[in-house]
Amino acid sequence: MTDCFIYDHLRTPRGRGKADGSLHEVSTLELASQSLIALRERNDLDTALVDDVVLGCVDPVGEAGSDIARAAVLKADYAQTVAGIQVNRFCASGLDATNLAAAEIMTGQADMAISGGVESLSRVGIGASGGAWPIDPQLAIKAYYTPQGISADLIATKYGFSRDELDAYALESQRRAAQSWSKGYFSNSVIEVRDINGLTLLDHDEHMRPDATMQSLASLKPAFAAMGDQAGFDAVAIQRYPEIEAINHVHHAGNSSGIVDGAGVILLGNAEAGEKAGLRPRAKIRAFANIGTEPSIMLTGPAIVTRKLLKRAGMSVGDIDLFEVNEAFASVVMLMMQELDISHDKVNVAGGAIAMGHPLGATGAMLVGTVLDELERRDLSTALITLCIGAGMGTATIIERV
Amino acid sequence: MVETKDTDFRIDIGKDGIAVLTWDMPARSMNVITERVMGELGAFIDRLESDEALTGAIITSAKPAFCAGADIAMLLGAGKRYEEAARSDERAATAALFEDMRSFSNLLRRLETCGKPVVAALNGTALGGGLEIALACHHRICADDRAIKLGLPESKIGLLPGGGGTQRLPRLMGAGDSLKLMLRGGSLDPDRARASGMIDEVVAARSLLKSARAWVESSADPVQPWDKDGFRVPGGTPYSPSGMMTWIAGNALYRKQTLDNYPAQRAIMSCVFEGLQVPIDVGLRIEARYFTSLLRNPVAGNMIRTFFFSVQALAKGARRPGGIAKSRLRKIGVVGAGMMGAGIAYVSAAAGLDVVLLDRDKAAAEKGRALSEKLVRGRIKRGQASEADLKAVLARIEPGGDYGLLKGCDLVIEAVFEDRALKDEIIAKVQAVTGKSVVFASNTSTLPITGLAESSLDPERFIGIHFFSPVHKMGLVEIIRGERTGDEALAVALDYVRAIRKTPIVVNDARGFYASRVVATYIEEGHRMLDEGVPPAMIENAGRLAGMPVGPLALNDEVSLDLSHKIAAAAKADLGADYVATPRERIIEEMVVGRGRFGRKNAKGFYDYNEDGGKRLWPGLEELQPERLDPDTLDVSRLCDRFLAAQALETVRCLEENILEDVREADVGSVLGWGFAPFTGGTLSYIDTMGPARFLALCEDLKADHGARFEPPALLRDMAAGKETFYERYAPPPARAAE
Repeated sequence: MTDCFIYDHLRTPRGRGKADGSLHEVSTLELASQSLIALRERNDLDTALVDDVVLGCVDPVGEAGSDIARAAVLKADYAQTVAGIQVNRFCASGLDATNLAAAEIMTGQADMAISGGVESLSRVGIGASGGAWPIDPQLAIKAYYTPQGISADLIATKYGFSRDELDAYALESQRRAAQSWSKGYFSNSVIEVRDINGLTLLDHDEHMRPDATMQSLASLKPAFAAMGDQAGFDAVAIQRYPEIEAINHVHHAGNSSGIVDGAGVILLGNAEAGEKAGLRPRAKIRAFANIGTEPSIMLTGPAIVTRKLLKRAGMSVGDIDLFEVNEAFASVVMLMMQELDISHDKVNVAGGAIAMGHPLGATGAMLVGTVLDELERRDLSTALITLCIGAGMGTATIIERV
Repeated sequence: MVETKDTDFRIDIGKDGIAVLTWDMPARSMNVITERVMGELGAFIDRLESDEALTGAIITSAKPAFCAGADIAMLLGAGKRYEEAARSDERAATAALFEDMRSFSNLLRRLETCGKPVVAALNGTALGGGLEIALACHHRICADDRAIKLGLPESKIGLLPGGGGTQRLPRLMGAGDSLKLMLRGGSLDPDRARASGMIDEVVAARSLLKSARAWVESSADPVQPWDKDGFRVPGGTPYSPSGMMTWIAGNALYRKQTLDNYPAQRAIMSCVFEGLQVPIDVGLRIEARYFTSLLRNPVAGNMIRTFFFSVQALAKGARRPGGIAKSRLRKIGVVGAGMMGAGIAYVSAAAGLDVVLLDRDKAAAEKGRALSEKLVRGRIKRGQASEADLKAVLARIEPGGDYGLLKGCDLVIEAVFEDRALKDEIIAKVQAVTGKSVVFASNTSTLPITGLAESSLDPERFIGIHFFSPVHKMGLVEIIRGERTGDEALAVALDYVRAIRKTPIVVNDARGFYASRVVATYIEEGHRMLDEGVPPAMIENAGRLAGMPVGPLALNDEVSLDLSHKIAAAAKADLGADYVATPRERIIEEMVVGRGRFGRKNAKGFYDYNEDGGKRLWPGLEELQPERLDPDTLDVSRLCDRFLAAQALETVRCLEENILEDVREADVGSVLGWGFAPFTGGTLSYIDTMGPARFLALCEDLKADHGARFEPPALLRDMAAGKETFYERYAPPPARAAE
């Protein structure tokens, strides 16, 4: 099989995903195309070498609909021959886009591709694309549909994570993210988003709360208690997990991922394509895997898919130097660490989505970039990136520096 | 019937060309939808379409009610025909059933597209198919009478509104409101129905026809809103932003309320969801597909048999001995004004009987009467009763401490503590006043009637009348015949139960009778699971998932743990060497004696009870468990099987031991008495549905894993071998024609 290398990656800053966010005036198209332009410019890339652009997007409707990847290619003035495809595996879309683009290269069906993802939560909104899973009685009832916040609280209840433990985890995410920014660890990977006159709209992640404390977190009200009680979701979760008497609602805005806008892209290619473009490979995609898990608790996929992937790759937990586990909710990461017995020192070392935010379809690609930078900075070799996924799935990818 | 009218409808055509179709079925007190009704309605629609002199139509009824719905016997007949046909060719039988089930819906679709304006003039209650006829009219006017009920109750018996109800009602009221109504099988009074969009006008009864005529003459529009361009469903279609919120929450609330045990409710959800996304003709076809699926599902047939036919037959006196004149009950005595006695006094007084309520002294008896005041006040608050009703009920209850007050009572019921010596004393005191001719009934739930009767002056006139708690809510009364109880006492007891409008079952005497004995197996299974190390919450939730109204531990808390302790002690004393100690003794002993936890009564049982009325499982339960099992290794459906099978098996034993004599009573008693999984139709229908052979195999399997209490009795083995169901072997006499 052909090796697939990572040549570069970058991302936009993450804007607060609300009407007062700095990226709210920026369309999904613009987020994606500015990322593609920046990737071309800084690598002096002849875009005719690129076979395909694969972008993840979770709510691909309205301005994000009708194949946002091809739209971004055209807007960014890439060569006409560059194709585009949008993919959706909920929160792992950006990682799956990378895996699928890598697969095109590894199987020899493409030489160079760009993967990534884009999401404007402030403009399109979570759940805008509808879908059968939560709504059609034929599936929602059978699958014990619960919103993710309830699932996260269910994990905390079932596996015994207290509010204090989750808050302490969240605080550490804030501390690490603040440190990464202040020490300039993101300076090479985060681009500015600009207006039509070239003025800067945003150059930093604006969701962060570096001043958060245990006390300030303790004052936040559980976000999913009312929904669980009044709309019946607690009852649904308990029917699926009858060993639980009552859901312990421990997640809130401070220990859950932030709602943000953003885009991220990764330049992938085989060795020859990289040579042709005059680029130096930084890492290779070693292996990846997907799995389906119980859909009601939904967010337990990371540990399960990691076990599957390590087995397929003939590796063990000890072979992985750093882990990126998307901080959708604090309990998701804590469960992963508990299940696989991984030290927090190796997980989300640069801070995660609790501090910086989770631009759904883009996040997977951003995590690949973040951990690659950390491998290089720490001079380590191997990292595993994984995310929990709606409807009960897990995606994981192992990268290895070259 | 002397008069033999040969039509179900009368047609009067006015000079204005408006046809008034008056529904008035001969030899019936209620209009119901039968094949003949459909035939006449079809012929009328033909005429309305083709006769140019006709300008419109008004549909009304000459009965007090408009229509009570479809003839359930007709629906069951269709189900039976399907079952038989399916044995040779299931696919063809299904196709035939589907076409059959569409006929009423097709008829109503023809009515609303006939091109002439049709108005429903609802003079009285319109339920089920009756309301569906009105929904297919272009305009609905209802008489102004709060007693009129407009609703779609089909889901209560495992069916859905198959005459377009799931399509038209959401198009009038919106998905959310119409689902709330259809899922609980509820109804609205005329004002609420108008506010919701179900009907258009509420007018005085006397001007009903005038208003209907006026509508046809003035604004008549013979096209339904959903047949016009630009029609919008109130509240939006499922994938509109507001619609999505309705459905996301609706699916969860459905599961919360039904635990997904009720196929009809689930089918209604899908009918509305799928139907609102397509034109109504397609929606009606979808509805018919789901309706067909419900008729193929045993749940509907079981629920109809138990909740409709059997309850009706028992309430009408199916078990009453013949040849005994109807007793004239005017005044009854209730001794013991605790929770049960107070409840018995209330339901009796509310039914118009005079009640003497006795306790230690007048003050204690008055406390018991206060319950009646509280309950009637609640009804007043909900608009179901008036101050005058309250006054009348209270006036009918005479509280006191003097046994002399019992003079003139036609029946005396004791409801004192379950203490043999106390009961003996009460029997003597009562009969010193009433003599031996007045029937004496005991509300004991645990002491054998035959033994108690020995203390009375005349065991032939001594009987058990076992109420369930809370008395005013529970529809079942278990009548217990002691060995010497005579037919007259039984007739009096049945007449009394009928007078208070409850459903009786008649069982023979044995420890625990039927209900308490079978419920005890449910509670015991809970104790055993606790002993095995199943997480307590899982025990409770599995009970509810199996279809029981509360978990076994919660139920035990309600009946009180010290009572369980006493019963066990009594059984131990009675049985002597035959007594087998179970894990329940160890647990109950520890709870009651070791920890002082008596149940809800002292706010400490398997649960801790908060002052705000909430409860949480007592965390100390884990200390009672020798080991604790990992829930991920447990199969919840197996726990559910244990709960239901234990009860069904005990029911078979009751039948084998002749404690039960009628399969209908087994089923009705179980669903009304202690809420045994209603969707099964009852303990014996549960077995019949899977078939005795499969149930036998389940019991053998459970026995292998969990012990001899699942040992199948000879009767079950016999039936499994003979491939016979309980309703075949113990076929009840054919039900009288339903009305």
